[in-house]
Amino acid sequence: MNENYTVIHPEDIDKQYTTLNLGPTHPATHGIFQNVLTMDGEKVIDSEQTIGYIHRAFEKIAEHRPYYQITPLTDRLNYCSSPINNIGYQLTVEKLLGIKTNKRIDYMRVIIMELARIADHLVCNSVIGVDTGALTGFVYIFQEREFIYEIYEEMCGARLTTNIGRIGGFERDFSPKVIEKIREFIKRFEKALIEFENLLLRNRIFMDRTIKVGPISAERAISYGFTGPNLRAAGVDYDVRVFSPYCSYEDFDFIIPVGTHGDTYDRFCVRQTEMWESLKIIKAALENLPEGKHLVDDPYVVLPEKEKVYSKMEALIYHFKIVMGEIDAPKGEVYHSVEGGNGELGFYLVSEGERSPFRLHFRRPCFIYYQAYPEMIRGGMLSDAIITMSSMNVIAGELDC
Amino acid sequence: MLFLVYKLTLITVILLVSLGIAMYATLLERKFAGFLQDRYGPDRAGKWGLLQPLADGGKLFFKEEYMPNTADKFLYILGPCLTMLVALLTSAVIPWGPPLVIGGVEYTLQVANLNVGVLYVFAIASMGVWGIMIGGWASNNKYSLMGAIRASSQMISYELAMGLSIAALIMMMGSVSLNEIVAQQQGWHWNVIYQPIGFLIFFICALAETNRHPFDLPECETELIGGYHTEYSSMKLGFYLFAEYINMFVSSAVLATLYFGGYHFPFIGRLGLSPNVAAILGMVILFAKIIGFILLFMWIRWTLPRFRYDQLMRLGWKILLPLALLNLAVTGIFILLKG
Repeated sequence: MNENYTVIHPEDIDKQYTTLNLGPTHPATHGIFQNVLTMDGEKVIDSEQTIGYIHRAFEKIAEHRPYYQITPLTDRLNYCSSPINNIGYQLTVEKLLGIKTNKRIDYMRVIIMELARIADHLVCNSVIGVDTGALTGFVYIFQEREFIYEIYEEMCGARLTTNIGRIGGFERDFSPKVIEKIREFIKRFEKALIEFENLLLRNRIFMDRTIKVGPISAERAISYGFTGPNLRAAGVDYDVRVFSPYCSYEDFDFIIPVGTHGDTYDRFCVRQTEMWESLKIIKAALENLPEGKHLVDDPYVVLPEKEKVYSKMEALIYHFKIVMGEIDAPKGEVYHSVEGGNGELGFYLVSEGERSPFRLHFRRPCFIYYQAYPEMIRGGMLSDAIITMSSMNVIAGELDC
Repeated sequence: MLFLVYKLTLITVILLVSLGIAMYATLLERKFAGFLQDRYGPDRAGKWGLLQPLADGGKLFFKEEYMPNTADKFLYILGPCLTMLVALLTSAVIPWGPPLVIGGVEYTLQVANLNVGVLYVFAIASMGVWGIMIGGWASNNKYSLMGAIRASSQMISYELAMGLSIAALIMMMGSVSLNEIVAQQQGWHWNVIYQPIGFLIFFICALAETNRHPFDLPECETELIGGYHTEYSSMKLGFYLFAEYINMFVSSAVLATLYFGGYHFPFIGRLGLSPNVAAILGMVILFAKIIGFILLFMWIRWTLPRFRYDQLMRLGWKILLPLALLNLAVTGIFILLKG
């Protein structure tokens, strides 16, 4: 080659990229976490995640609390579906204590957890809509979430951070009002969900925005440790409710929807179908709700009745011991997982035979999904990065724990 | 002297009306969104929230003036001013109604009867991007810059299709004066009937030009926070937001004028009204059409998701532009055949 000429290939040019801080307080992060994006115009070249902005050391706090006081901490993990976290934790402790609950408790738990799953999926799917610019579907669907919160309220008095249930069952039975409200919910939710689907599911702009956006292959998803709707969207039919049934989930007949490409649209559709399935489960559970007591009969775990506490010595002692957290758990090491709103929510509990856990680890699905985020958005546009994040349902409370 | 007074009065009235309509369009938008989303919308300030726009305006005026210290001060202030100026300029050529006759003198309800009215509208509309571009650039913020880039490429792409759709209309009308175009649409001869595709293209482009949904990428709050006005506060932000509503009003007026017969309305000639009553009725009709279009803009905004940047470009260049060219060619053939 003649030395007078220099051939410049595009890849030889020393290209400069922009660094864009997506977060920690960006409207689309729906919480506090940061992405440092390397951008080529609108295109995402690379991304680096920063987490820990709302780390509250729940695992450490849990080591200093009696078992029954840890439930409120789990509320604040995935706050879109706190009942699942609560009940998941209670199931773990029951596993450690060796408590077997009756069918009524199981069915009640199933109903509450499925309501929570619907609430969680509603938020996620409608927020995908919001992040693509369609606010109206979100407002429609939030009325239904509001109704679910009313059911929680009727059940336990709280709405967002529910602290629902107790170790060994529920603090109170379903009141007639709760049953009535759940029946009403089943009726009105079908209509609302159909309306929501009509707005987005076959909307050309929405489909263009979401199909082939933020895809992940089944293989990559498994190697990251994906679970829940995000894994199912990639085509793997893994669901904790079926693979290791808890709470008598084996009594119910439901479909595990799977996607094919693992893209945003698949995740949307999987969640949408799961809501229908959850509704089916709630219907079945409510129809076949067995008779029984809402709490197990175990004086070491369950608070005695108030009249007995005031009149009987025995009851007073147990009441005192439970409230003060003076009851030691047996030595042991258990892992229990439930199908949370956005994946397998696991609790790894090590007990040294003391009043509080030696170690409690939360397996938070969001923490795992978020690791795959750079891979999923690389090469896409900024807009894709945003809706990929919302479709993965990364919730900062659970991510940082 | 009389001429000057009449023109000044007209200019003042039109300015006030456009500002007033834009102000109340914000309330209408929020009320309409409330209606679509099963909620009330603003209802605290005055009856039915009628004082809400004033409260909003007042709030914006009294908010802290914030300017990033890395911003280019002159351009930073120029941005919103330019946007506002350009937004207000377009209404000068729109014929608001048939002439009024007072004391034997005919007063046309149009500030400037330019013989190149359509071209003027275009020239001014294409200036609209400058304010956004300058503001986004001067803010010295990456999100603002991205919004500005999106806005400029979007406007440039959609202006082409818009211009071509209008060219077909001008070929049919044989005039570029808005007054002439309206006059030719008397009775039922609305251009939308003869130019349905042209209208559709023009309407889509008008949405894009005003940065309304589904083309609101420049400010797209879920991605770019506030887009080009991320760094703006106080009335400078107010100008940007307000200009959007004025633009919406003006594009609705242009749409009504070019395609929906302006102040005409079928059978108005047969009612045997005196010229002045007819003029006022015509004006009312034009405003009804404008509000209809504004409502359509809003309905679209609260229904559809927005496009992605590349999809927007694809729609503009690969679908609308060829379609507009085709429309132009077909119109040409028809005119040729009609002789």
